[in-house]
Amino acid sequence: MLEIADLHVRRGATHVLRGVSLTVAEGEIVTLIGPNGAGKTTLLLTISGLLPVLSGAVSCRIDGETRSLGDLRADRIVAAGIVQCPEGRQVFASLTVRENLLVGAYRRHARDDLRKDLERCFGLFPILAERQALSAGSLSGGEQMMLAIGRALMARPRLLLLDEPSLGLAPQVVETIFDTILQINRAGTTVLLVEQNAELALEVADRGYVMETGNIVHTGTGQALLDDPAVKQAYLGIAP
Amino acid sequence: MTQYYLQQLINGLMLGSLYALVAIGFSMIYGIVRLINFAHGDVVMIGAFATLALVGAGTPWLLVAPVVLLTGVLAGITIERAVFRPIRGAPQVTGFIATLALSVMIENGGVMLLSPQPRNFLFPDVMRTRVPIGPATVSLTDLVIIATTLILVGVLVLVVRRTRPGMAMRATAENLAVARLMGIDVNRTIMAAFALGSALAAIAGLLWGGRFGQIDPLMGFAPGLKAFVACVIGGVGSIPGAMIGGYLLGLGEVLFVGLLPPEYSGYRDAFVFATLILVLLVLPNGLLGRSEEERA
Repeated sequence: MLEIADLHVRRGATHVLRGVSLTVAEGEIVTLIGPNGAGKTTLLLTISGLLPVLSGAVSCRIDGETRSLGDLRADRIVAAGIVQCPEGRQVFASLTVRENLLVGAYRRHARDDLRKDLERCFGLFPILAERQALSAGSLSGGEQMMLAIGRALMARPRLLLLDEPSLGLAPQVVETIFDTILQINRAGTTVLLVEQNAELALEVADRGYVMETGNIVHTGTGQALLDDPAVKQAYLGIAP
Repeated sequence: MTQYYLQQLINGLMLGSLYALVAIGFSMIYGIVRLINFAHGDVVMIGAFATLALVGAGTPWLLVAPVVLLTGVLAGITIERAVFRPIRGAPQVTGFIATLALSVMIENGGVMLLSPQPRNFLFPDVMRTRVPIGPATVSLTDLVIIATTLILVGVLVLVVRRTRPGMAMRATAENLAVARLMGIDVNRTIMAAFALGSALAAIAGLLWGGRFGQIDPLMGFAPGLKAFVACVIGGVGSIPGAMIGGYLLGLGEVLFVGLLPPEYSGYRDAFVFATLILVLLVLPNGLLGRSEEERA
């Protein structure tokens, strides 16, 4: 579904991604873990078309159609079915909860579908139905995270990019969010999950990649990485 | 005496309406690109000269207004495409200098093409009808200016609050990067904000020219600057704030001239800018503005 080959990306004067290659197959949950500053967010922003590709290839294959994302505008990438739920939630605080969800559905026009998607979203996160008319800025952190995921789902992603959904949330809330991610995946959405919480991410993921300073340094199934002594030491805080 | 005050009040509301029309566009544009558009006042001039050309060609007034509105839309789109889009994402100082340069170019281009000679066009005679309001009588022109402003602002607020493109505009104004991640075509949205804001400024030019009877290529400078002050008073980036700021400034300016002895009337602009300094000292974010920290 997503194929990245030898990707280099620069942010300002910094050469952040130095030859990243990874693939995500349809139906998978793939996680990308690694320390702060490794380039995980940069990778997601590049996939979404917010940062230019310096060299290498980012392509997606959705419904038998292969496209090079490096040549597409951000809004076309969303239309192609790749939607990102950004780091730190970033809901539109001055818009209402309902408006945030409608912005997620911005690329779509059919009204009936919209109602159905809103219901699906409220089914996943009942609290959002109650808070519909409130401004998103008045929600708690956990509720904002739910709204951010709901907003991304409203775009009907085939591939959902999640940037650190556990960031700054209470453990119970994180658990709910991860349950929902599994639920979303089972319903047919492929997921690429960037996380600092490596243990949790590797538990839900089919496969994982470990990134350090702009390079992929380990890869394997979620379980294999959990068992890998190097990963254990570096990311799970367990001495070998 | 009440007649005098009422008269001044209407004058203030009229002037405030004109400031508000310009200030709202100014604020919309700032809200979405976070750059002060110093050329915004020059769109007022473009609107005034478009009116002059149309009236000179014998166009009926019912047609003049929509064509001037459209001229404003085109001017806004051109300014966005030619100047703002290429510098998007550049430091604020770049935008500051670029729009200042654009303003100088439009004004001097106007002087070269249109001559610095002031011209005039007149509203139809019926607009000079005096309408009694309580003990005072006011010209129909002033009432039309106030009513036009309220209607246009009402329509604008509906567009921004209740329509899909309006929602996209608010989302883009709050967080451009995330708006892109949600699939909003931000180029089109930003262009729409320039188009709407500039349309209001062009109509202000039509009303300004008809009310004060004289237009020239440099006429946009004063309304542009005062709209900026109105925005700062109301809180830059807020549409209701720009409107309130415009009316407060218009009323304040007229009352300053009307209530103080005539020898002070030459200081009206000093009054305006002293107000600006005061507001910046006491309320750095204006009446309705939010600080950047709160926005984040």
